[in-house]
Amino acid sequence: MQWETVIGLEIHVQLATNTKIFSGASTAFGAAPNTQACAVDLGLPGVLPVVNEEAINMAIKFGLGIDAEINKVNVFERKNYFYPDLPKGYQTTQLEKPIVGAGHVDITLADGSTKSIRIHHAHLEEDAGKSLHEGSFNGEHGMSGIDLNRAGTPLIEIVTEPDIRNAEEAVAFAKKLHSIVTTLGICDGDMSQGSMRFDVNVSVRPKGQKEFGTRTETKNLNSFKFMEAAILKEVERQIDLIEDGGTVIQETRLYNGDTGEARSMRSKEEANDYRYFPCPDLLPVIIDDNRLEKLKAEMPEMPDAKKARFIADFGLSDYDAEMLCADQATANYFEATVRASDDAKLSANWIMGELSRSLNQNSMAISESPVTAEMLGGLIQRIKDNTISGKIAKEVFEVLWQGECSTADEVIEKKGLKQVTDTGAIEAMIDEVLASNALQVENYRAAEEDKRGKMIGFFVGQCMKASKGKANPGMVNQILKQKLDG
Amino acid sequence: MAIDASGVKKVAKLARLSIDDDAVEATAATISSILELVDRMQAVDTQGVEPLAHPLDAIQRLRPDEVTEENQREQLQSCAPAVEEGLFLVPRVIE
Amino acid sequence: MYDKTIAEQSRALASGEISSVELTQTYLDRIRQFDGDINSFITVTEALALEQAEAADKRRSAGNANTMTGIPIAHKDLFCTEGVKTSCGSKMLDNFIAPYESTVTGKFRDAGAVMLGKTNMDEFAMGSSNENSHYGPVKNPWDKSAIPGGSSGGSAAAVAAQLASGATGTDTGGSIRQPASHCGITGLKPTYGRVSRWGMVAYASSLDQAGPMTRSAEDAAIMLNTMAGFDNCDSTCLDREVPDYTATLNDSLEGLTIGLPKEYFTAGLDSEVEQQVRNAITEYEKLGANVKEVSLPNAELCIPAYYVIAPAEASSNLSRFDGVRFGYRCEDPKDLMDLYMRSRSEGFGEEVKRRIIVGTYALSAGYYDAYYRKAQQIRRLIRDDFLNAFKECDVIMGPNAPTSAFDIGSMSNDPVAMYLSDIYTLSVNLAGLPGLSIPAGMANQRPVGLQVIGQHFDEARLLNIGHRFQQATDWHKQSPAQA
Repeated sequence: MQWETVIGLEIHVQLATNTKIFSGASTAFGAAPNTQACAVDLGLPGVLPVVNEEAINMAIKFGLGIDAEINKVNVFERKNYFYPDLPKGYQTTQLEKPIVGAGHVDITLADGSTKSIRIHHAHLEEDAGKSLHEGSFNGEHGMSGIDLNRAGTPLIEIVTEPDIRNAEEAVAFAKKLHSIVTTLGICDGDMSQGSMRFDVNVSVRPKGQKEFGTRTETKNLNSFKFMEAAILKEVERQIDLIEDGGTVIQETRLYNGDTGEARSMRSKEEANDYRYFPCPDLLPVIIDDNRLEKLKAEMPEMPDAKKARFIADFGLSDYDAEMLCADQATANYFEATVRASDDAKLSANWIMGELSRSLNQNSMAISESPVTAEMLGGLIQRIKDNTISGKIAKEVFEVLWQGECSTADEVIEKKGLKQVTDTGAIEAMIDEVLASNALQVENYRAAEEDKRGKMIGFFVGQCMKASKGKANPGMVNQILKQKLDG
Repeated sequence: MAIDASGVKKVAKLARLSIDDDAVEATAATISSILELVDRMQAVDTQGVEPLAHPLDAIQRLRPDEVTEENQREQLQSCAPAVEEGLFLVPRVIE
Repeated sequence: MYDKTIAEQSRALASGEISSVELTQTYLDRIRQFDGDINSFITVTEALALEQAEAADKRRSAGNANTMTGIPIAHKDLFCTEGVKTSCGSKMLDNFIAPYESTVTGKFRDAGAVMLGKTNMDEFAMGSSNENSHYGPVKNPWDKSAIPGGSSGGSAAAVAAQLASGATGTDTGGSIRQPASHCGITGLKPTYGRVSRWGMVAYASSLDQAGPMTRSAEDAAIMLNTMAGFDNCDSTCLDREVPDYTATLNDSLEGLTIGLPKEYFTAGLDSEVEQQVRNAITEYEKLGANVKEVSLPNAELCIPAYYVIAPAEASSNLSRFDGVRFGYRCEDPKDLMDLYMRSRSEGFGEEVKRRIIVGTYALSAGYYDAYYRKAQQIRRLIRDDFLNAFKECDVIMGPNAPTSAFDIGSMSNDPVAMYLSDIYTLSVNLAGLPGLSIPAGMANQRPVGLQVIGQHFDEARLLNIGHRFQQATDWHKQSPAQA
């Protein structure tokens, strides 16, 4: 049977505020346990919440960034349940009136096709703390330790419609969302620190069937790779299960990225009744037109607009433009490279080729690249004016990457990599090559016209080798042809 | 609306309260009498009445995003039942 | 001097007639002598009080004193006081030393007032008789077989028995006014949002409000001057100018229109209580006020609405008492569920558990609309009734409770009967209005108070109305026979 996968995502995005959503404690990552958990975050008796203005502003910016309606009257509700990382016994969140209404995020797939994923809504809420288990701290046997530094960090929870059909789309969506929130500056985008966490709802159905299958939810995936792997695994599990005559049960699952194992979270199976009600410690947050107008004026160019501009202004392909707009830093790097090199196509190729390969190998962000946009632009200039060949350029790039020199010109000068374009010198070199390869010359000349094209490659190679790659390949080709055919 | 023994147990569990078996019936009876009292509301037609969450129609004030709280862990944990390495200790959390 | 008002004591302190240390010592001695029986204090902070008194005397001689400087007062034991146990009358918080200070107690501390200690109360402010305390019931100083009222029963009894110059209380459904009425003292519940709730352990967040409990309306004005005002730590505290509440105490009542809700004077009201209330209203007519009948058609619905909203909010507010970060934790929990279940079941008393269960039920799936939402709709009807009535009158007067103080133990097995006795006070909280109780006579040999309900932020007028009555009568000057 042919199966179709249906995926909906819930994404928790930590907002890049200085302080918690309801207290003045810092949200900085990595502090010693409970040193950034103030009386409000601990839920001490008698404490009260006050809403952080910046959290509201950032949530609004997200809504504006995905063409969504902004709800003007916002009510915070309490979601009641007991858990040690939830100090008050309730999470303050939004239910009836989320700050961001329906919107959409458009994705581009590897084959160049595009798809619009609908966003159901996005709401503001507070993050929970963390439970540390035996092994991760020197706790007593059988005890867990609770760190509430993260408790109260502002989140927006973004909920999609079930529009995603496979892991590739899910990853493309997740990357696009990452690009949107980092462009907006509302999230640091650091997935390793949990700044974006994905819950994946997966179901399968026979192709052509209208009704959705029973879905499972895999929680808290914190990398694109894990999300992709978890989806692939869960889809396979569901199909195998059904094909073996079983049925999928609705459950919450946990995927372990380190082992690649997934399992049911039995402890969450107990039927929960969250008893939502409006938080009586908070009043309605009213978003007026002044605030909206002010935030609209502050909006940066969004990835889709940027992409359209890159295509129009620089003649980039849809795919190249999509890749370069994936995050703000890459897009900025690209534009700076174009300014320095005056060649968009070469800039794009180098950023997506050599630069990104080097960054990946070293697990570095583009902001940490030892080769700056100005350096890369200078290098491209030298390719364009024939000072160096593409092949030599890679060598120059490598030297720049190692930090031995600070400009391409310096590398070319120091290493003597300047291309040989002097006709006399090239002719002399060719004569030498032809003389020492008399047999090959004879064979060439005896060969028929249509075979010669392939055979000339040998002589070009020998010449380039003799010049240590510095001879201008175009000139070598041309002169060789004259001499051999002549 | 009356509530029976099993109903009371279920609600109590939701609130993380345990009720001794020999007290469940009496508790159910008391809770039922309170529910009977509050059920007097049901006689009133409230169609179209907007619920009132706060008596004065005030709106939320917003706080500037500035750090005002310094580390006070020692003081704030002074009344904690069990702490180790700055963490609050609880019986093992199973996910 | 211990039987004098704050206003009188403040003048005596200013003239040098007495020092704060002397006054404080007098009260500490009286507490030791009489409170063993009355049980109005949970904690007496003797050393701290004397230290503060000494500092207050120095401050006065340095010329920095205000009216409250050196005045010994008591705080209801649900205001967090840094370094001092804050129990809320509960085993759950028997070991809780608050690591921070509430706004209200902080303001008194900063004004140089002396804290004698923390007063007994119904556990987590849930109750109308002060019988629901982990620390035992409080006795009414007028008649020790009677309840003092609740939940601020310890504060009311301490002020009535002259164990403190004044006290703070909190009022969620009548918890200042009803014990003030039963103990023959003055008590004011301010408008919701007038006084900060920061550091006040929450019972029902949308109803709770702190206020003064004193021997006169003038004293209530003096204490409110210190308590009231904006606090950026409390989102529900309103940014509104605080007038000097003592400035208008003597204003004329000529032309004041008093509304008497017909729904308050019905068969359920004890005839002796009604008589005292009507006598008081006659007194106001002599002072130049007009009286007219008004209607609060949904008055009776305040009981069901309140007993859904308050327990619902409480069920959520009290979830933080889980044995993890503070408060009572059961012995040797075998797992997480056991930790929660036993810590909470052993730490909370019966009435608290009852209200948590009712509140949890009212919010649970399938019942929310029929209970919580419905109650919030009725809340609006009740508030609108008041707003309509205030189109015809300036203030509303009536009783605080259907009877004077009842006997200890007489209703403790019947929560519903106890809830019904809150009929005249609950609606004021649901509507967020200010309400004052002033002594107005005796019924069945026990004190009776008159309740005066004002419009939002009309505390100054209520205190003016209370003060003028106290200039003309001396019910507030009566005190119980010595313990």
